[in-house]
Amino acid sequence: MNNHSENFEEHVHRDDFGAKMGMWLFLFTELLLFGGLFLLYMAYRLQYSHEFHIAARELNIGIGTFNTIILLTSSMTMALSITAMRLERKTLSLFLLASTILLAFGFLVNKFFEWSAKFGHGLYPGSDVLLDKPRGEYLFYGMYYAMTGLHAIHVIVGMIILTFMFVFISRNSITSTNYIKLENSGLYWHLVDLIWIFLFPLFYLMR
Amino acid sequence: MSENIESKPYISYLQAESKHKGIFKWILSTDHKRIGIMYMMGMMAFLLVGISLGFMMKLEMLTPGKTIMDAQTYNAFFTLHGVIMIFLFIIPGLPAVFGNFMLPLQIGARDVAFPRLNLLSWWLYVIGGLFAIVSLFLQGGPIDTGWTFYVPYSIRTGTNVSLPLFAAFILGFSSILTGLNFVTTVHRLRAPGMTFFKMPLFVWAIYSTAWIQVIATPVVGITIILVIVERAFSLGIFDPALGGDPLLFQHLFWIYSHPAVYIMILPAMGAVSEIIPTFSKRTIFGYKAIAFSSLAIAFIGYFVWAHHMFTTGISEVSRFIFSLLTFLVAIPSGVKVFNWVATLYKGSITPGPPLLFVMMFIFLFSIGGLTGLILGSLATDVHVHDTYFVVAHFHYVMFGGTVMIFFAALHYWLPKMFGRMYNEKVAKWSIALIFVGFNMLYFTMFILGYEGMPRRYWDYLPQFQTLQIISTVGSWILISGILLMIGNLNRGIKRGAKAVANPWGGKTLEWTIPSPPPVHNFDVIPVITHGPYNYGEEEEK
Amino acid sequence: MTNEHSEKEHIIGYGTYVLIWLVLIGLTVTTVSISGINLGNIALAVALLIAALKSAFVINIFMHIKFEDKIFKVFIAVALMTLLSVFVLTAFDVFFR
Ligand code: HEM
Ligand SMILES: [Cu+2]
Repeated sequence: MNNHSENFEEHVHRDDFGAKMGMWLFLFTELLLFGGLFLLYMAYRLQYSHEFHIAARELNIGIGTFNTIILLTSSMTMALSITAMRLERKTLSLFLLASTILLAFGFLVNKFFEWSAKFGHGLYPGSDVLLDKPRGEYLFYGMYYAMTGLHAIHVIVGMIILTFMFVFISRNSITSTNYIKLENSGLYWHLVDLIWIFLFPLFYLMR
Repeated sequence: MSENIESKPYISYLQAESKHKGIFKWILSTDHKRIGIMYMMGMMAFLLVGISLGFMMKLEMLTPGKTIMDAQTYNAFFTLHGVIMIFLFIIPGLPAVFGNFMLPLQIGARDVAFPRLNLLSWWLYVIGGLFAIVSLFLQGGPIDTGWTFYVPYSIRTGTNVSLPLFAAFILGFSSILTGLNFVTTVHRLRAPGMTFFKMPLFVWAIYSTAWIQVIATPVVGITIILVIVERAFSLGIFDPALGGDPLLFQHLFWIYSHPAVYIMILPAMGAVSEIIPTFSKRTIFGYKAIAFSSLAIAFIGYFVWAHHMFTTGISEVSRFIFSLLTFLVAIPSGVKVFNWVATLYKGSITPGPPLLFVMMFIFLFSIGGLTGLILGSLATDVHVHDTYFVVAHFHYVMFGGTVMIFFAALHYWLPKMFGRMYNEKVAKWSIALIFVGFNMLYFTMFILGYEGMPRRYWDYLPQFQTLQIISTVGSWILISGILLMIGNLNRGIKRGAKAVANPWGGKTLEWTIPSPPPVHNFDVIPVITHGPYNYGEEEEK
Repeated sequence: MTNEHSEKEHIIGYGTYVLIWLVLIGLTVTTVSISGINLGNIALAVALLIAALKSAFVINIFMHIKFEDKIFKVFIAVALMTLLSVFVLTAFDVFFR
């Protein structure tokens, strides 16, 4: 540490613990970002309890449950992929990571069909169907699209990050002794899962 | 010991070469010192723009009716003035400039924890600033909502709202990255032996602030995004016509924007806690009390936001609770002031420019704080809410508070940052001008507001004119003072006398290395054995 | 830097993850089936409780917080408490308005 080169751009030293700390701090910002939405949800559900319940009946529990299981599984493959990496099983790690990405994609495909169906029934913001309904139901869909939409964006970002990790592993810039990037991406992916764990009962399980 | 530091040849961070050429040596540099300087450049530029807008607004207020601009232009001006001053100047503020430059030096580190992320923060700051500027020239005209972007007006107005809002989002992201970088830096990169209670108080302040940046900023991020989405897709969330509740916007907005007040003031208080011991040659009185009060302010400050909403029709219960909590924040703030004064007491005081700024800060900030009590009490707030009284109050707190300490910090650390001195006599003249101009400009606003002049109007009743004229003349004096100060600093940077390593006799680590600092800060990472303000007296247990 | 952490070396085995996954799926099935029963007012509370339980598993095992340094746990507590307080304080307005 004491022999410093004259080129100061280069003296980056490695601190995995610090990197993980930074990642957790970032996760808190994500938590608070969604926190704002959950706060709004709380306020409106309180105000429009009855309308929320009626509007929620339109949501498809089947797709919701299926997507929950997909995300939980992808979280597991993510975690497994890190363990495989640390046990120097590169191919297995790559395979598990690819499964995670595929599962994420599957989640989005489901989401796409779900939203399309809603749009087909005229259940989208500003539609005549929704404008004719009581305001509470309109808001339910407002919250639904805002929260699941933001979550879907996070799924997409997660897929992009994980794809990068895939490339890093295959190029050996992530190794069994230097895997903090993979670990941090994993943390991000688990957060995406965590958010969904709450979105699911709040929207789909209201009967 | 500083003698031999001077003589050794070294490459300073200002001269260092890298693989990049020309300006890229700077704008692609991950050196925390260069990034600090680049923030300083950007912020000074925006400060000047903001001041020009303030100058024009005051000119408009010289006479009742139209003086130089029409009502819509005035609306755009106060919005831009507010947005620039808040999001582009005082929120990045001391952390971005002095936090970046001094934090690693004060804890004995070679850089922040994530140097490349740090550079990204700066780039986001620049991009956010550019977006804000570009939005002025687009179809629809400049934003006119006020810097608070209140719904439903902000979802209805035809002016350009989405782009400046997006700019604010990006700036928030920049602030978040800076915050998480600093928290990690403090936890991971302290020199051996530097326990938390041996850290300089500026570091404590930056650390507390960094937490607010991380935990509060995302809330305004989502709020801003929702307004943009509302404008594009009518989700109804903030639109009363569709069932939404505009008060929830205000909740979310202030959940960030009140703590943001502490993002502004805490680092300033930290800098005060550095300057006072140095200029009175005494150990700071009540080190732990000051350190903890920073954390306490950051913490309680998170839970008082709804005092901005007393007159909006929120529930009786919450008005009571938030009024109570608001008064609680006064306790840790008071702790700080008493400890500063106790440090000065019987110290051997040198009234250098930084200390004079600090004195001015204590005076102006006390007025700001006391009038804050009037606004924090339910009964009196109803009377002066949304009048010039509020405008005067927040200029006393933000300008008289944070910005004065920003200036103080410039005068305190400039010799370290550039290795050169400014002219102290001219600095004192500029301080005098700023003091006189400031009070003429804003104290009159207290009276105006008390007499019923509402804020955000381009016109006024004839009986207010005398006070308005005094106030406008005050703005001219104040601005000349600021320009004189900037000119003096600028001249100092370019042609000032060479500064020694420790011109003020400071005891924290940044003064143990040469001015300007070498590329790597420390040849050998120091080992810390005693507290930060060791002036030879008994050390506090 | 100053303190190296032995927990860092802790590797969670494949089996543990699969087990936790099974538990999570089980909890999902439970919460879905419970939602079919009419629990009235406590339905939301039950659903949130199960969600919290699931989160605890994800955070502790998948995100291996259980095996991390204490500072991480303190951080998480701070973040969650802050979020909770904000909810409570906002509720004072929306509940009583
Ligand atoms: C020479 C310096 C300055 C002058 C002449 C000035 C003047 C003014 C004036 C005339 C207003 C509008 C009052 C109204 O019509 O409601 C205003 C608003 C404001 N000023 Fe300043 N100001 C100065 C510096 C600052 C600084 C340094 C800050 C912050 C750090 C600041 C922050 C604000 C904010 C946030 C508003 C509210 C904008 C809004 O209503 O949306 N100002 N200022
Ligand atoms: Cu406030």
